[in-house]
Amino acid sequence: METILKVENLNVELEGERILENLSFEMKEGEVLIILGPNGAGKTVLLKALLGILPYGGEIEWKKGIKIGYVPQRLPFIKDIPMSVEEFFDLKNVSEKETEEILRSIGLEKDILEKKIGDLSSGQFQRILVGWALISNPQVLLFDEPTSGIDVSGQESIYNLLEKLKKERNLTILLVTHDLNIVYKLATNCLCLNKKILCYSAPKELTSERISELYGGKIKFYQHSHE
Amino acid sequence: MNNQFICSLISGIFIGGVAGYLGSLMLTKRMALVGDALGHVALPGMGLALLFGLDVSFGAFLFLLLGIFLIWLFEIKTSLPMEALVGVVFVASLAIGFLIIPQPELLEALFGDISKVSFEMVIASVIFSLLIFLIINRIYPKMILASVSENLAKSEGIKVKKENFIYLLSIAAMVALGVKIVGSLLVGALVIIPAATARNLSKNLKEYYLGSIILGILSCLFGSLLFKVTHLPAGPLIILFSTLFFLISLIFKR
Repeated sequence: METILKVENLNVELEGERILENLSFEMKEGEVLIILGPNGAGKTVLLKALLGILPYGGEIEWKKGIKIGYVPQRLPFIKDIPMSVEEFFDLKNVSEKETEEILRSIGLEKDILEKKIGDLSSGQFQRILVGWALISNPQVLLFDEPTSGIDVSGQESIYNLLEKLKKERNLTILLVTHDLNIVYKLATNCLCLNKKILCYSAPKELTSERISELYGGKIKFYQHSHE
Repeated sequence: MNNQFICSLISGIFIGGVAGYLGSLMLTKRMALVGDALGHVALPGMGLALLFGLDVSFGAFLFLLLGIFLIWLFEIKTSLPMEALVGVVFVASLAIGFLIIPQPELLEALFGDISKVSFEMVIASVIFSLLIFLIINRIYPKMILASVSENLAKSEGIKVKKENFIYLLSIAAMVALGVKIVGSLLVGALVIIPAATARNLSKNLKEYYLGSIILGILSCLFGSLLFKVTHLPAGPLIILFSTLFFLISLIFKR
């Protein structure tokens, strides 16, 4: 399998604070790499560094000419703008044919194009964001917490969608989350992150000790703050 | 109808339309009050222009550039939020404006005066309005995406800082044109109210910006016509028509 992404000694510092420390990992074609970590672990920052929209130290090397699709976590301001789904897609110069294909991929009917973004359910909106990232056929998708704020049945359908897309489009997926369920369902590789890499292995080697180690700091912190 | 009035009407329609268009972008960027603040920043420049017999828009634009530069400079020097800095610059400008503008011209600077628009000024207003329109038209989709999410825009390779700068310059140019019609106190309303009204009525982006443009034009048109009949100041009449449309839109809100 070809290497799609190689990260070596990645360091990110924001306003004098070290957010990410010496990360090294790589992604092979067709892999689903899941990055697990508590809130504030630097997961979103890692995604931004990978997208090249944050300054960083170390090396991030994408395969030459690769196209990346990005699905952001939340877009709180989009509902303030009166915009139809079609117009949202058009921000990216998409052809009618491609839009139809994408809608089929994400399991939505064509009539959703006329709908105002603010009127969509959170599950529909999530699918539209995934669809938006699929425009112009990327080989890699980066996801930031795809299941946050979605109920259990909605989460289930997002997992299924990702699985389907991966097969259909031969995608390589990097997904950031604190949802453990998705790891056992989808991941080929799993990376535990809390500033540093705490584990990096196949999901079946991810033991409960590792997980409590990863989330332990956070639990202690909560107990402390309630005293 | 005399030529003078037709001149006023034409420049009003062009400026009103492009003000509505730009306003529709400002509302999505949550910058609804920026037009107000910049209207005040323009005041000393308008005062100097009146003293030296120059066009008020010209003086206004120079001072707007200066004001924006100062806000940018203060932002680098302090960690105060942008709105505090804008607040400082705009009240200081207001104070300076009051001191340097001679009494008889003060009302004109504050509320605008469309009764003295010359033929050359009409040409200039139309050209600048079209120019601003074209610039906004070019950056519109990028700015909408940046309003949705700056990260998403950056991940699409949009240079957000550069586009923001062009956008800010367009606002300055718009305010400089707008103060001629409705004066420095009301220019913020000229930009924002049509967009707010259109947002109440629209279900997609196209309806939203077209609505903003049309409402901007209609407000200027009706305001100017009522001015012709009543000889009350045109600026406040334009804004009141704009507000009336807004109130009507509340009934039909989608």
